[in-house]
Amino acid sequence: MSSGLYSMNKSGFDQTLDLTKVKPYGDTMNDGKTQLSFTLPVPCNDEAIEAAKQLMRKMGFENPQVVYYKELTKGFTFFNCYGSCVHSVDYTSIRVPKVESTVMDMHETDEFIKTHIGRKIVVIGASTGTDAHTVGIDAIMNMKGYAGHYGLERYEMIEALNMGSQVLNEDFIAKAIELKADALLVSQTVTQKDVHIQNLTELVEMLEAEGLRDKIILICGGPRLSHELAKELGYDAGFSMNSYADDVASYIAQEMGNRKAKG
Amino acid sequence: MQKSKLGLNFHKVAKARQIAGNIAGEVQKFVGRYTTVAVERTLCRLMGIDGIDANEAPLPNVMVDALMSNGVLNQGVLYYIGNAILETGLTPQEIAVKVSTGALDIVKVKTHSDNEIKEALQPYIDASIERIKANRKRREEFITNIGEGAKPYIYVIVATGNIYEDVVQAQAAARQGADIIAVIRTTGQSLLDYVPYGATTEGFGGTYATQENFRIMRSALNDVSAEVGRYVRLCNYCSGLCMPEIAVMGALEGLDVMLNDALYGILFRDINMQRTMVDQYFSRVINGFAGVIINTGEDNYLTTADAFEEARTVLASDLINEQLALLAGLPENQMGLGHAFEMNPDMENGFLYELAQAQMTREIFPKAPLKYMPPTKFMTGNIFKGQIQNTLFNEISIWTGQGIQLLGMITEAVHTPFMSDRYLAIENARYVFSNMKSIGEEVEFKNGGIIQSRAQQVLDQALDLLMQIEKEGLFNALEKGIFADVKRPKTGGKGLNGVVETDANYRNPFIDLMKGEKK
Ligand code: B12
Repeated sequence: MSSGLYSMNKSGFDQTLDLTKVKPYGDTMNDGKTQLSFTLPVPCNDEAIEAAKQLMRKMGFENPQVVYYKELTKGFTFFNCYGSCVHSVDYTSIRVPKVESTVMDMHETDEFIKTHIGRKIVVIGASTGTDAHTVGIDAIMNMKGYAGHYGLERYEMIEALNMGSQVLNEDFIAKAIELKADALLVSQTVTQKDVHIQNLTELVEMLEAEGLRDKIILICGGPRLSHELAKELGYDAGFSMNSYADDVASYIAQEMGNRKAKG
Repeated sequence: MQKSKLGLNFHKVAKARQIAGNIAGEVQKFVGRYTTVAVERTLCRLMGIDGIDANEAPLPNVMVDALMSNGVLNQGVLYYIGNAILETGLTPQEIAVKVSTGALDIVKVKTHSDNEIKEALQPYIDASIERIKANRKRREEFITNIGEGAKPYIYVIVATGNIYEDVVQAQAAARQGADIIAVIRTTGQSLLDYVPYGATTEGFGGTYATQENFRIMRSALNDVSAEVGRYVRLCNYCSGLCMPEIAVMGALEGLDVMLNDALYGILFRDINMQRTMVDQYFSRVINGFAGVIINTGEDNYLTTADAFEEARTVLASDLINEQLALLAGLPENQMGLGHAFEMNPDMENGFLYELAQAQMTREIFPKAPLKYMPPTKFMTGNIFKGQIQNTLFNEISIWTGQGIQLLGMITEAVHTPFMSDRYLAIENARYVFSNMKSIGEEVEFKNGGIIQSRAQQVLDQALDLLMQIEKEGLFNALEKGIFADVKRPKTGGKGLNGVVETDANYRNPFIDLMKGEKK
């Protein structure tokens, strides 16, 4: 990469938008302007500021500027910085896996299930493992729903059971067998030290051991999850922030429809 | 009669308090007849029993399990320890070790008269009472001689999962101006029916509440308190299945503040209500005696229920918690009753409603060091807006004279706080607290305006709710989902099998000793 082309010190860098070479925008196309803050475990002095700048250069910033610094406690210095990013990405070549379904509202989904499945769908949800957060799964399942989207319990064609929080994977599976669940919804909020990965993986393994994995639509959700991660862990779909019962219900209905069509 | 800036009718407040007193009294009738495995383990600890056996089972558990499996826990562990001391001449700790190795069958020890037992136990009882008193005195002397921060106390959390790393974070926060450091507990400890032993270096989003962790952190805070010339308090969580045990460990190590709320355990950890009410009583007796400020968890109701709609549940619960605490001999100046700034930021005039409720809580509990919780539910990844949400929260706190200000973190929706998050939060709070210091003395509220009307409305609603709870009893009300939209059955949840009805001969001498020795 020719650094001169992107240097703010020299005027005249290319200011036309090229989607194959996208970089941050401050107030001029391709200026690369970025703000960031971090703490270094060093005392606050001139060397600390220089260290912050050198680090920024290594991170790919030209013209690094430390605009604020403060010793948080002896031996730890906090920095607010700006710089111009030299890197760019090719936006045109990016493909992000997404849940492949058309979002329908509650009535459309109920109609879809009546027409294509011909019976009620059984959905069980829980916040599993040691996770005590229920607001997410409640938002998806409870009658009253969330942010103006009714929950699955209100769907005429969905038999929904919300098992609550800290549900053990084995209890979750036992319930799935008992009620002949069509879909399982797992919510995971705590992600520290990757507890959610361990717990989500364990569920997949246990379902496989029971020979149930292929018979069930397995879905996970939570603020730090993504569809991509869900697929990686062996789930059919994953939902993150700003997803609602409509998204999940449409997906389950259509996925069941597809599976039925395939026989 | 107290003067209200909100036009509150204090006859209604008195009525609400009286009803809450009746509700608490009914609970106490139940509590008085029972003990639990946790209460008995606490008594073991008060006898000086600590440490673990070859299988890493804590010795207090070994002792209590031995009695439980023989169906004699209703006599109380002290009865057996007393007899064993008389019979063997050993200390309670030595006895517990023998029980753990199988060298002594505690239920087969020859029995002695009540008086003899009392005498045998007395030196151990005195030793722990003296140790707790000494910790209390140390705190009080430090505060008198060197000083403490002004209220609202600045409260921040540390949650690295490694107690030694927590020390670094805690000392940094103290130097930046924190008055209270809360060491967050690792995920899931509340459901353990024992207290782990030793220092934690690998917890999930926190460390275990262990006596060793308490000691390490209190000692680090002693150092930094001396350095900054201001007493820095240590807070932990005396909740879950080991409430009284953690209370006593805290008392023995000189902790200053404890989360201590059975209702939180019932609603958010699905702990059995009978179990935790019995546990809570003894834990509050201990906290009261040790001079520990308790924090209650009403703020959490608003994470699952709507903060505007359900404000009344917070006030009603604060009133019940106050009465339950008084029954345990815990004085008002140690009651950090909880409430929170949790309304949806999109709500028009939300600030006015929050202001009304904070002022109302202040006026209804004038002596309590109220614990005011920051916005959490409506914090998002927009940390810049988050800083503003926290600023509004800080403004209300200084305006209404809150006791303990649990600082909001800009990264609340992302991760447990970085050192820099804490710094920004403390800087924000100190700026607001200084810049708006006397606003509460200067500004009055419009008669019949939005603020006054809101406070009066919440009081009226809380009074109605309390009357309803009184009719049903607290246990039944909880079964119906009165708080936080969460329903819990009386015989459901964790820990019920650890509850035992006491025999007529049962004795727990610490209750009278600790409740009696008020200064
Ligand atoms: C409320 C809350 C609590 C309440 C929970 C009450 C309850 N019954 O749920 C209480 C106080 C009990 C609590 C406890 C703890 N909490 Co908490 N809590 C929060 C808080 C403030 C809000 C979470 C929330 O309710 N969001 C609102 C809901 C609607 O959003 P959501 O969960 O993202 O759900 C949406 C989507 O993600 C999706 N979704 C979610 N699940 C699912 C499932 C499926 C199948 C689908 C399709 C979709 C879906 O749909 C929802 C609607 O769009 C967050 C901070 C924050 N602002 O995010 C911290 C937070 C989540 N908590 C945290 C922590 C660490 C804890 C504790 C572990 C602390 C401790 N050490 O004790 C304990 C948990 C103990 C345990 N065993 O789990 C951390 C998690 C950090 C991390 N990434 O690991 C956070 C981020 C706070 C922080 N900065 O430290 N907490």
